[in-house]
Amino acid sequence: MMPHVLTRSLDRSATVFLIVVAAAGVLIPLSNLLLPAGSLFQVPTYLVALFGKYVCYAILALAIDLIWGYCGILSLGHGAFFALGGYAMGMYLMRQIGSRGVYGNPVLPDFMVFLNYPKLPWYWNGSDMFWFAALMVILVPGLLAFCFGWLAFRSRVTGVYLSIITQAMTYALLLGFFRNDFGFGGNNGLTDFKDILGFNVQADGTRAALFMLSCLALIVGFLICRAVVTSKLGKVLIAIRDAESRTRFLGYRVESYKLFVFTLSACMAGVAGALYVPQVGIINPGEFAPGNSIEAVIWVAVGGRGTLIGAALGAVVVNYAKTYFTSGPLAPYWLFMLGAMFILVTLLLPRGIVGTFNAWWEPWKAKRLSENAESAAREDGISEPNPAE
Amino acid sequence: MRALPFAVLLILATVLPALAGPFEDAVGKFANDEFSDTEEAVDTLATSANPLAFTIVSALQDGRLMADADSKKIYVTQTDGKIIDALTGAAVASLPDSAAAVRLNNKLRRHVEAALGSLTLQSPDPAKRVQAAQSVFKTHDETMLPAIDSALQKETSKSAKLAFTEARAAILLFKQDATDAEKLEAIATIKARGDQEALALLTGLTGDQPPAIAKAAAGATAAIQSNLALWSNVQNAWYGLSLGSVLLLAAIGLAITFGVMGVINMAHGEMVMIGAYVTFVVQQTIRSNFPGLFDYALIIAVPSAFIVAGAIGILIERSIIRFLYGRPLETLLATWGLSLVLQQAVRTMFGPTNQEVANPSWMSGAFEIGQITITYNRLWILCFTLAVFAILLAMLRYTSLGLEMRAVTQNRRMAASMGIATSRVDALTFGLGSGIAGIAGVALSQIDNVSPNLGQSYIIDSFMVVVFGGVGNLWGTLVGAFTLGIANKFLEPVAGAVLGKIAILVLIILFIQKRPRGLFALKGRAVEA
Amino acid sequence: MNVMDTRATSAMLYLDGVHVSFDGFHAINNLSLTLATGEMRAIIGPNGAGKTTMMDIITGKTKPDEGEVLFDGVTDLTRLDETRIAELGIGRKFQKPTVFESQTIEDNLLLALNVDHRVKGTLFWRETKPESERIDRVLETIRLKDSRNRLAGSLSHGQKQWLEIGMLLAQDPKLLLVDEPVAGMTDVETHQTAELLKEINKDKTIMVVEHDMTFVRELGVKVTCLHEGSVLAEGTIDQVSSNERVIEVYLGR
Repeated sequence: MMPHVLTRSLDRSATVFLIVVAAAGVLIPLSNLLLPAGSLFQVPTYLVALFGKYVCYAILALAIDLIWGYCGILSLGHGAFFALGGYAMGMYLMRQIGSRGVYGNPVLPDFMVFLNYPKLPWYWNGSDMFWFAALMVILVPGLLAFCFGWLAFRSRVTGVYLSIITQAMTYALLLGFFRNDFGFGGNNGLTDFKDILGFNVQADGTRAALFMLSCLALIVGFLICRAVVTSKLGKVLIAIRDAESRTRFLGYRVESYKLFVFTLSACMAGVAGALYVPQVGIINPGEFAPGNSIEAVIWVAVGGRGTLIGAALGAVVVNYAKTYFTSGPLAPYWLFMLGAMFILVTLLLPRGIVGTFNAWWEPWKAKRLSENAESAAREDGISEPNPAE
Repeated sequence: MRALPFAVLLILATVLPALAGPFEDAVGKFANDEFSDTEEAVDTLATSANPLAFTIVSALQDGRLMADADSKKIYVTQTDGKIIDALTGAAVASLPDSAAAVRLNNKLRRHVEAALGSLTLQSPDPAKRVQAAQSVFKTHDETMLPAIDSALQKETSKSAKLAFTEARAAILLFKQDATDAEKLEAIATIKARGDQEALALLTGLTGDQPPAIAKAAAGATAAIQSNLALWSNVQNAWYGLSLGSVLLLAAIGLAITFGVMGVINMAHGEMVMIGAYVTFVVQQTIRSNFPGLFDYALIIAVPSAFIVAGAIGILIERSIIRFLYGRPLETLLATWGLSLVLQQAVRTMFGPTNQEVANPSWMSGAFEIGQITITYNRLWILCFTLAVFAILLAMLRYTSLGLEMRAVTQNRRMAASMGIATSRVDALTFGLGSGIAGIAGVALSQIDNVSPNLGQSYIIDSFMVVVFGGVGNLWGTLVGAFTLGIANKFLEPVAGAVLGKIAILVLIILFIQKRPRGLFALKGRAVEA
Repeated sequence: MNVMDTRATSAMLYLDGVHVSFDGFHAINNLSLTLATGEMRAIIGPNGAGKTTMMDIITGKTKPDEGEVLFDGVTDLTRLDETRIAELGIGRKFQKPTVFESQTIEDNLLLALNVDHRVKGTLFWRETKPESERIDRVLETIRLKDSRNRLAGSLSHGQKQWLEIGMLLAQDPKLLLVDEPVAGMTDVETHQTAELLKEINKDKTIMVVEHDMTFVRELGVKVTCLHEGSVLAEGTIDQVSSNERVIEVYLGR
């Protein structure tokens, strides 16, 4: 089963992408840890954390591309799933502080002591165990996406309506998480983390490991997405994207397909958020802001939707630009640039970087291979006899 | 401090001849700083006609009445820090070291309040008299009865007369030796008043009343309670209408661009924001050039905001949106980017902070109906919103542009083949929607902070209103806005402001599940085309 | 409605007293129609007669306000959604050819195949030999075998019509609803399509909506003329086309 899925998933560009990510995931931490500080090839720790952040964004972008690029679901609330995953991880990290907090309470996090919580709210139970937190990272966003999607897709809320109610969803969560009595630290969120699985989150080694893990998660996420989109299910998703009602008349239960990818995508976003939080050291309600979610959509648009690789690339490119410009003298102009990016990409580069490249590259490649295209195609159809037969 | 003895001498010399009469005696008693003496003094002052009496008693209330035990002289430290002699009102340079504030206890405080009440009962200002009567109503101090009676006889102002009557009823209700008939009448008067104060008064009535009185009081209490509940609903409904009008104002332009044209304009909120900034600029210009016209600045701002926002809208349609027709998700992203650019542009031009936009005099203030207060600005905005709605509706129905607009939105190809310049109609429709958003900004500048983020706070709500009301139906938008506004305000007291808002969002999300096309949905084959 | 006449129970499709109105407009008005198993029926009628709305009702896209729609004598179609109805074996070709333009012709047929349509089934699906052979046969029938790897979006209008008919074949339904199959086709193609439909009719029930009277005549089957949402005339092509009312509202003098 597995080898079949893998061979189908990995075309040449996918393989190149995986090699690049894997190389970065190994070389960057090694150079940070093994080379002497200040050496030309040593990656400073702050950069490792910054790159780690980009990789988490790339996972979020993959999640968005899976539903938008392949199934036409434009979610303007994926930041909510990202943030929920982040909060699930943040809760674990808060509990690891233990009595080292300002108030020294062994059970209650500082903000609860400050807000006079008599005891831990019930939904914080179990958050001190890593396996439980890891489960919640996937379950909570997944469950929310499942419930939301079940309601929305079943009643055939599509297109911009869906986009707007996903935006309303993250907005409602934003308002909720800002409240102190919600039990998640209100305005300030969760921060001042100390340990993760007993390792100091500030230490170089921990950061390097987190970066490696993020790259691994990106690789696994990419493989899952590739497996999904190259399966027959992927063809159904594209059919739904292009002609939803036609797909229904062929006997496909469109809402189940949408629910499946939407939930899968939300789980991926949750994992991205969980890896993001220990690397940036804070999670607060600002992550739920509608602006964040829609910014993530533009990463995918810039990179090229429906290409997966483009989504990841777009996340890194746009965020690198953001870091570069907001830290320099051009900072006041960053929002102009971001806004212009939204406009120009939709008007002039609707396929994004990778999509445009493919459109230019593939006819050329096809021409070169035209001689044996026929025979190869015929072989494709019958060359793999089903072992189950 | 060497000047002090001279000052004291000087004062002694000037005031000594005046030492005679009940006023002077009473003031003198404060010097003893005995509670019983103070009480007597306050009561005497209350009935004296001396213009200083009010100043003295209110100083006593605030601990600003100073008595010098050595010289037996009384001073008042006025609220601005100046010191006067209590007997004469003459200014004094400074207090003697031995002067100390006249002490009060709780029993005295009641006397002081009553005295202040009775002193203002005779004030020449009717508003002050009403205020005084209200304070008597609260304290229902028997000793005030003669003062009330005499004031009632002289009273000519209608509102003051009512206030006196109510105050008298309050006193009689608690007066031991009042007849049952008097008490019943008093209860009727208090019941007629019907507010929170009246309720507090009636519930404060002790249990040992004759059965008839107790029954009447219980009946009145129940009547007032249901009355108050009714008014609180009326109040919520008014707040809801007010919020609804704001929502409608913000959403009505969107109902044109999104509802009629199907264009998702995420920069709609920024059009509202631009309208608010136009108001600011117009107001500033008029304030500095034609201060006399200041009250009319808003009226000038309305067409200005319409033109500026409308022109920007047309520019946006021609330069961006027309390339994206039929691609709603791309339109959404491009206009979101546009909203970032517009916000940042305004931030660069005007700064990130809130701008001060003043209410003109005819929009300031409030009036009362029954138990609720209605502010003029909210009322004006409600009227203004309905007017804008009516004009827009009439425009769509009776003008040629309206006809062309409906033709183009219903069947673009057919309209084009009948000689309608569809691209011109698109631009004008979008301009109209944006212009109305600009007008909304003029109104919102009166009740909200004018900052570059103004629009952001309305965009989600506006979309909710349009989606809830049913796309493509202006009446749906109207009903949607007021339903959401009222629902929000009725939920707020139960769930709190933020949870109420979350509840509304969740309810809309659930509602869209049930009726994906809104309250007033179009049906038929054309819908999914 | 407990007692159903034999027409209802033996018919492939049975519509009785169906009403639909959109905002006061009666799109379908007391429509009654029966299609026997194995029959091919041609439906004609002016624009707005309710032909497409009738197909929407049969395929579950539109719910009738009242009336009965029975499939295969027993199944009440008004209670089911599009997916369920398609699974039961009703296939539909749309007025405007609707194929999945960004996918290859072969993938279009693959998607139409009547195999497991559930999420899990498609995620782990692998093509079997009988399936690929079926696709080959369909490709041959619709004469697109040589361009199986072309994108469906690159086909001509007529080819798209054929591809959609091919998708119907792959779907292998009991009842085919075919809306304007020859619109935009050349005379030769029209003739070929008529032959193809007759071929399919050998083991399937078909309902064809068409304006092209030459085509309808060539099919040589029973004709129903709809007008203002109900049946105006029914019979052979000659009977219907000589009907005074049909001439007045549809054919013209």
